[in-house]
Amino acid sequence: MPERIIESFNIKRLDILDDNGNADESLTPSLSDSEIKRIYELLTLSRTFDHHALSLQREGRMGTYASILGQEASQIGSAFAIKKSDWIFPSFREMGVYITMGYPVHMLFQYWSGDERGMKCPDDLNIFPLAVPVGTQVPHAVGAAMAAKYKKDKVAVVCYFGDGGTSKGDFHEGFNMAGVFKLPVVFICQNNQWAISVPREKQTASKTLAQKAFAYGFEGIQVDGNDVLAVYKATKEALDKARNGGGPTFIECFTYRMGDHTTADDASRYRSKEEVEAWKAKDPILRLKLFMERNGLWTEQYQKEVEEKSRDMIDEAVKKEEAIERPHPEDMFAYTYESLTQRQIREMRDF
Amino acid sequence: MPQNSKKLNMVQAINLALKEEMQRDSSVVILGEDVGRYGGVFRITEGLLELFGEERVIDTPLAESVIVGAAIGMAAYGLKPVAEIQFMGFIYPAIDQIFSHASRIRNRTRGRFTCPMVVRTPYGAGIKAPDLHSESTEALFCHMPGVKVVVPSSPYNAKGLLISSIRDPDPVIFLESTRLYRLIKEDVPEGEYTVPLGRARIVQEGKDVTVIAWGSMLHRVLQAVEEFNAEVIDLMTLNPLDEETIFKSVKKTGRVVIVHEAPKTCGFGAELSATIAEDAMLYLKAPIIRVTGYDVVMPLPKLEDYYIPTVERIKKGIEEVMRY
Repeated sequence: MPERIIESFNIKRLDILDDNGNADESLTPSLSDSEIKRIYELLTLSRTFDHHALSLQREGRMGTYASILGQEASQIGSAFAIKKSDWIFPSFREMGVYITMGYPVHMLFQYWSGDERGMKCPDDLNIFPLAVPVGTQVPHAVGAAMAAKYKKDKVAVVCYFGDGGTSKGDFHEGFNMAGVFKLPVVFICQNNQWAISVPREKQTASKTLAQKAFAYGFEGIQVDGNDVLAVYKATKEALDKARNGGGPTFIECFTYRMGDHTTADDASRYRSKEEVEAWKAKDPILRLKLFMERNGLWTEQYQKEVEEKSRDMIDEAVKKEEAIERPHPEDMFAYTYESLTQRQIREMRDF
Repeated sequence: MPQNSKKLNMVQAINLALKEEMQRDSSVVILGEDVGRYGGVFRITEGLLELFGEERVIDTPLAESVIVGAAIGMAAYGLKPVAEIQFMGFIYPAIDQIFSHASRIRNRTRGRFTCPMVVRTPYGAGIKAPDLHSESTEALFCHMPGVKVVVPSSPYNAKGLLISSIRDPDPVIFLESTRLYRLIKEDVPEGEYTVPLGRARIVQEGKDVTVIAWGSMLHRVLQAVEEFNAEVIDLMTLNPLDEETIFKSVKKTGRVVIVHEAPKTCGFGAELSATIAEDAMLYLKAPIIRVTGYDVVMPLPKLEDYYIPTVERIKKGIEEVMRY
């Protein structure tokens, strides 16, 4: 018997906007002018949030924070395609997703200031609390997708993680199960090239991360993660497919972490200035701006208005958060179980 | 409500609890390795696939972390998953999910998302099984606030406790002694009844010594106490602990022997001893004695009978406290 090829695969890469904001019209998703402007405003708002969060941390008014700078298109582009009734399982670097979904911004500041109440998701959204242990949220998304499928709900589940997360066992176990049961889940990897100090090529010998999906029996695609239109299009299609029983999709958003891993990190210790500079030219917000300008959707005046509105919103949110009273110590007991234990009741007498 | 009783062993009692809860509540689903077509390696889920279909009795890939992790997602979504981990020695890959998420979801979302799920797993030695098939590491799970730990010791209680665990709003680790699975039969009513979590039971009353045990050790304790006037407590739930029942008994007898299968160091007996010493020291007439497994790696079958506390060792422990 001869040797023969019994399986092979191809991985698609999707780019719509180039660095100068020229769009491939054959691929441009159908978005109205007002939707495009809304996306631009969310990109700007998220960056303003990030900027303020970093300043607040430096001033000692907020705790350790993981910046989203540079990854706004991956986050806003994907979240813009998600419905409020869908379920989202984020990692810890998805503030743009929370903001796009309409999560109260002051609660995000509240969380990063060390107040757990900031992760009490409002009832009209289904966003799980951000997961700190890398990749461990993948199985939760799979379980929620199984539940949605069992209940015949027309919802999709979206799970976010980073390039580092693809090395975890939970990534493998979750992807495998999603493939076996053909679940309505969209996995979005923000490949920002760095897991703290470990570069993407030290994370895996695979040429792309997207191709990992192939081994689990579903489609993986790489998109330009700094191209908000490409990310939106890929996510929208994957969500529609999930809702219509087509099973899971893996989207690798090829992007870059412009900032440090968190405020406790100094990226200049392990990566070159030149590398960071080269990615600046691919700035996701600048790119959409150029596209909008070309299409008569952007003016200096509009820019001023968007920036002002974002600043006001963020200032307002910070003010609102800083006026919230510190939680009572009883608060740390109250949600361990539905009811307090005999021992907890005695322990609470300390307060 | 009149109920028919049948003599059932623990396997049949647990199976009945699962069947009745699944009939009562369509949000109860089972997932795990070999739980469907095969009915579980101990036949606990036998017949349930045929009754409820593969959407509710889910044969998963061989992957403990995603079994528990998916159960967390299901529970948050509104189902009541009962996950089976085939042996307690295989639960370690899922500990990350239990500790990092199941135990914390309610707290981290201030009650917006909760985790009403059960992780069932067979535990303990005495069935001549291979490596890592005989563990009793219950104390690990008692050190994790947010998780409840339940260990039945008889068919009747196994059914009632499992029903309570499935209905509980928080995650429950439900430990089933492999040695007890088919050892004893007792009357188990058909239909609904519950045994509440967080409550111990006095198996027999006595005046001279309190012997505390749970799960697999209870039956050896009952044999060991025959010549003594001993009060025997079956904890049933380890966390949250029913301190009240323990204190009441200790105040009466003034002597305590704690029996468990797990190694002594940092076993749950250590927590019990400390609790009693803190709150009931002045009632004690004798030191608290622990009769436990040894501080060794759980041996393979040829040595396991030397490891598991015997009736003789338990008797010796009681005799020791009776000297005071």
